[in-house]
Amino acid sequence: MRIPCPHCGLRGHEEFAYLGDATLRRPDPAAPDAERAFAEYAYRRDNPAGRHRELWYHAQGCGTWLVVERDTLTHEIGRVTEAREQGGS
Amino acid sequence: MSGGASTQPRRLASGGAIDRSQPLEFRFDGRTYTGYAGDTLASALVANGVRLLGRSFKYHRPRGLLCAGPEEPNALVELRDGARREPNTRATVVELFGGLEAASQNRWPSLAFDVLAVNRWLGPVFAAGFYYKTFMWPAAFWERLYEPLIRRAAGLGRIATGPDPDGYEKSYAFCDLLVIGAGPAGLAAALTAGRAGLRVLLIDEDFLPGGRLNAERQLLDGRPAREWAAAAVAELGSLPSVRLMRRTTVVGCYDHGVYGALERVHDHRPAPPPFEPRQRLWRIACRHCVLASGAYERPLLFGDNDLPGVMLAGAVRTYANRFAALAGRRAVVFADNDEGAVTAADLVAAGADVVALVDPRTAPGATGVERIAGVVRRAIGGQGLRGVEILAADGSVRRIACDLLAMSGGWSPALQLTAHHGGRPRWDDRLGTFLPGTLPAGMMVAGAANGDFTTEAALAAGVRAALAAAAALGHAAAPVALPSVSPESVGHRPLWEVAGTRGKCFVDFQHDVAVTDIELAEREGYRAAEHMKRYTTLGMATDQGKTASLNGLAVLAARTGRSIAATGTTTFRPPVVPVAIGALAGTHRGRDFRPLRLTAAHAWAVEQGAIFMETGPWLRAQYFPRPGEPTWLESVTREVNATRQAVGVCDVSTLGKIDLQGPDACEFLERLYVNGWRTLAVGRARYGLMLREDGMVMDDGTVSRLGEHRYLITTTTANAVAVFQHMQWCHQVLWPGLDVQFVSVSDQWAQYSVAGPRARELLRAVVAAEHDLSNEAFPYMAAGTLRLRDDTVARLFRISFSGEHAYEIAVPARAGERVVRMLMAAGAPLGVTPYGLEALGAMRIEKGHVAGNELSGQTTAHDLGFGKMLSTKKDYIGAVLARRAALTDPDRPRLVGLAPVGRGDRFGAGAHLVRRGVEPVAAADEGYVTSAAFSPTLGHWIGLGLLRRGPERHGERVVAFDPLRGRRTELEVRDPVFVDPAGERLRV
Ligand SMILES: [Zn+2]
Repeated sequence: MRIPCPHCGLRGHEEFAYLGDATLRRPDPAAPDAERAFAEYAYRRDNPAGRHRELWYHAQGCGTWLVVERDTLTHEIGRVTEAREQGGS
Repeated sequence: MSGGASTQPRRLASGGAIDRSQPLEFRFDGRTYTGYAGDTLASALVANGVRLLGRSFKYHRPRGLLCAGPEEPNALVELRDGARREPNTRATVVELFGGLEAASQNRWPSLAFDVLAVNRWLGPVFAAGFYYKTFMWPAAFWERLYEPLIRRAAGLGRIATGPDPDGYEKSYAFCDLLVIGAGPAGLAAALTAGRAGLRVLLIDEDFLPGGRLNAERQLLDGRPAREWAAAAVAELGSLPSVRLMRRTTVVGCYDHGVYGALERVHDHRPAPPPFEPRQRLWRIACRHCVLASGAYERPLLFGDNDLPGVMLAGAVRTYANRFAALAGRRAVVFADNDEGAVTAADLVAAGADVVALVDPRTAPGATGVERIAGVVRRAIGGQGLRGVEILAADGSVRRIACDLLAMSGGWSPALQLTAHHGGRPRWDDRLGTFLPGTLPAGMMVAGAANGDFTTEAALAAGVRAALAAAAALGHAAAPVALPSVSPESVGHRPLWEVAGTRGKCFVDFQHDVAVTDIELAEREGYRAAEHMKRYTTLGMATDQGKTASLNGLAVLAARTGRSIAATGTTTFRPPVVPVAIGALAGTHRGRDFRPLRLTAAHAWAVEQGAIFMETGPWLRAQYFPRPGEPTWLESVTREVNATRQAVGVCDVSTLGKIDLQGPDACEFLERLYVNGWRTLAVGRARYGLMLREDGMVMDDGTVSRLGEHRYLITTTTANAVAVFQHMQWCHQVLWPGLDVQFVSVSDQWAQYSVAGPRARELLRAVVAAEHDLSNEAFPYMAAGTLRLRDDTVARLFRISFSGEHAYEIAVPARAGERVVRMLMAAGAPLGVTPYGLEALGAMRIEKGHVAGNELSGQTTAHDLGFGKMLSTKKDYIGAVLARRAALTDPDRPRLVGLAPVGRGDRFGAGAHLVRRGVEPVAAADEGYVTSAAFSPTLGHWIGLGLLRRGPERHGERVVAFDPLRGRRTELEVRDPVFVDPAGERLRV
């Protein structure tokens, strides 16, 4: 696979580290159901067939965490943005 | 054949793309022959009249050449000798060189007389599914009898057993247009794109680009096709943006225009020149690709169609036209398509007697050749073809003597690369073959690979594809003027099978799969293409059934009453041709398997006689043996005692170091670590513990506050990269609003531990006089920047892993070696001793400090005795889940110290802890020893372990059960801090 890094251009996937679902948000630790919410956050993952938003880290490049839109069936890559643009948890 | 160089009796007097001025001697099965530069091993053997090249996989049937290209199933040879011996090399792609040594495979004791040919009469035993059925019982027989027998009887050559003496490398290429195959379609595409200025990479398997243009007697613009190809290659060589790679096979199509290719850089020489690789694995990233990989001709299915002398018609033409080598003197041609006539004409032109052209269709024949409407139903011969039995359309049967049968069942596109992304080939009823289906993005297919079976159509398709690629890339391109092609005729009506055959009728020659095997599979219920393939192993040999697949599907379709289209193909996976493991490994072999990292003071440690060990990528001093120390234990004991009694120096440069700055740096630390940082003053250091979000311990280290908004973080050596990446994730993904910056400075600073009661005295001697190192001015856990006496800038941390009065001194890496020598020189009067990882480990176990063995990713802060560190006043990574009841359960295995009851007993890490008097079974397991060392301070072995409810069990005796080392040791459970529990030594 080749991933277009907004900073470094189109680069081979071997330069990146993969983390997974980019749509997760770290729950509020003060909420009454925080333990259940954190358990969901830490362990539960959907396994979507199709379009997915994923976190990739450009480890061998600029060190940016990226949100990569990828189709898990075809590996087609869509929009790639910096994770920090999501505004955090 | 007699001994000595032969006279190439089957070499034509003229013609061919061979260099007759360059004769080459080579040996096959111990005999010496001569060929010419430009030959393959196969063509040279044809020229020398050698027909018998090997024995088949299961039945040891005699086999000769079937093909002239990479799809060859039969002519597998062992090439070269000794450590360079390579089995299963296709003679058809081995470029001849002087001194080449090759041997046939699967024969014993000799090729002509093969004892195991008796397998032919055991046919029923080796039928489809024989692995699954025949040798199931009794089990003991399998190991002793059947398996060795089958290994000997049914094998594919012998591998070399010595280390591979050759080198391999990996390389990367980038282009606008990748053209795979330099036949008519590929050359036309490359010319069109190259003239338009696209960056073109043209890749061809052969050493002579041109594909079938080199093999046919066609005329292009009135000139031999080979001359047009040579002119095209010459022009491509003159275009600056075009690169032609010969002897290179594209083996896989990956995502986003990435292709893998294997370049046989020096396989056409006896051995690679010094410092040159034998093969090179390419990763090619292209924006568009034109696949012009051509097609494979199909054999016809009739009795004993595997006899040496039965060859594909296209191969016969290749040998005659390209290599000027005649595969037989008296030939019968059997085809279900118009190329039968072409083959007959070419053979006549080459001087052979063509005694019959057999074709089930009513089609025109060739001048001067008897045309028989009918089929060959059987080949006749022992070790080679002597004749054929023909069943004519009128029902009459004739036997005709011949030494060559050129057969053709039409062509199947070489479409493997189109299917590597899961695209299914689609059936084309008009052409009677599968064509590429859904293509990988960016790929176009041109020429015979797409069913354009005439040269004229292939040339035009190549131009069209290149124009489309140029347009997509925004380049203006003009179609190249194409040559006129002499008349071609490709009429075809697939025969698939000859009815009423006699003898064994092979479909997959390399795996010895016959029509009867497919029939058996169908009868036993393996009716799906994938099931039939696995049950019969059709298409599963090293050739992946290039000549066999479609014929097998056709037979299965006929037996199941389905169409071939409905039967479907099996799945194509990379690599298209076998790739040596050495090529995949590249330079990553032996010592170069992964990079090796050396610390700044490595040369000093070598001088000190260090024994090194690998910790991750690092090479670190394990211990420093001195004369008179018979084992490591004496060295380590001396190093520990010297450190505890005087002073020791240890290289700790491999620790991860992260420089953190910014107004929100303290808040960032608050969120990363379990403990608090707001009270950490400038010039002070503190121990920190980091969790993962699931509540397990991730890493530990120290954080030193160097300035108002500046901190230096250390991590364990093993987690240096992971912690930095984690911090990047926390900052960028979770809290981008925090105003912090951080960078890894692990490589920028060399760091040395100076430990022991005389550590301050030593430092006093190297640190500039203006700095006050007194306990009041620079107490335990102080941190600061200072100058050494030689003006080197240094950072000093009064921290201790050993439990001694200790410091870590950090200096710029370039000064590391100088400073360690300075420390040793200054410490000489104090009795300074270098110590290694073993002594470091022994001392930290004596102090009950956890390290990698305890930070296993499965331990919690509570498990390790850090429960009180968990702040309740703030949120941090892992805070919520660390509070889960199961993670704070006192019943979990928790950290304890362990000492043998019999003080002379030894025990080791990994031993399981069970109660005394209990059978040591898994159900009784209460934990395990995480670390163990001989304690020079206490004079016996000690250890750390994780024991269920451990902290409540101090004083209890348990058993360390170590089946791996055959030990059972009684241990006393105790507090993990063995030495100086009050920590008094740290603070003096
Ligand atoms: Zn980048």
